[in-house]
Amino acid sequence: MVVAADMRRFVERFAELIEQNADTLTELDAAIGDADHGINMRRGVRAVLERLGDEPTPGAVLKTVATTLISKVGGASGPLYGTAFLRASAAAGSKESLDDADLAALFSAALEGLRQRGGAQAEDKTMIDAFAPAVGAFETALAQGHPRKDALQAARSAAYAGSDATIDLVARKGRASYLGERSRGHRDPGSFSTALLFDAAASTLSGDGP
Amino acid sequence: MTTAVVVVSHSKALADGVKELALQMARSNTSVWAVGGTDDGGIGTSAVAIHDALVDALAAANEAVVLMDLGSAHLNTVMAIEMLDEDLRRRVSMADAPLVEGAVLAVVSAASGDNAQEVRARAEEAREMRKLIYGGINA
Ligand SMILES: [Mg+2]
Repeated sequence: MVVAADMRRFVERFAELIEQNADTLTELDAAIGDADHGINMRRGVRAVLERLGDEPTPGAVLKTVATTLISKVGGASGPLYGTAFLRASAAAGSKESLDDADLAALFSAALEGLRQRGGAQAEDKTMIDAFAPAVGAFETALAQGHPRKDALQAARSAAYAGSDATIDLVARKGRASYLGERSRGHRDPGSFSTALLFDAAASTLSGDGP
Repeated sequence: MTTAVVVVSHSKALADGVKELALQMARSNTSVWAVGGTDDGGIGTSAVAIHDALVDALAAANEAVVLMDLGSAHLNTVMAIEMLDEDLRRRVSMADAPLVEGAVLAVVSAASGDNAQEVRARAEEAREMRKLIYGGINA
């Protein structure tokens, strides 16, 4: 089961991965965007760490993350990640602990929120290209009877693979779409921060404690 | 019936400049609000800053029409509108138009007393505005 403390560890691990990869994210965005993704995400997760406190439920933790990212992250990432976390928070509701099905519902709600907010489809070269395969891999692994730990690992691998696959795509959404064909050959920065998100989930939400 | 025009840009300077340019065309004192940049003064858009501008604009006018520049300006405007109370939210709409030309048309329309639907329609005519049809060196 995932309780509030686990969810906080997940957020802290995500923040740590963003810190470690902030320069990479900004460099990726410099190639096909406006060179601010790492800077924006780092500002966001730092503000989140300052605000995180003694939320009683996993849903409350996610809500704190959502509202902070919406107000602190500039660019498209603020509303996109903010919406994903907000929908995840709503899906978690006021439950004190989340089981496998709850977690699947939470991921799926976050993905649906992203789709609605950004309007991106598969292969538009956006964070959806990492997020959707990750959620799909998680659901498939659970349906095949794998333990949550393995399902989270599958989600993590699918997110990184999905991010890798954005390199060959031409951007049809976001700032990079202004570049057209010239966006090919570069990784989408949002897909990489999304892979970091599922990386953080894989090491913190397996339910076997810290 | 008064309609405020809200200009949303990634750049505070650009938003202010578009406001200045558009107001030059308007005879009366129209409500134009310029909002741009991130919360810490960088290039970007902020849902919170847009929300606050909308609240101010709707305190001064019955309705508000928002014009936006690139990409995430739209995303953050949608977010800002969703953050408004229901009674305010119904009074806001977005115009799908190029920022500079659209803002000039919108402000001229708003200054003549048009409602939001009319202001928005006028702003969206900017999509069809041509610059090179009169000939010239690359005609
Ligand atoms: Mg960017």
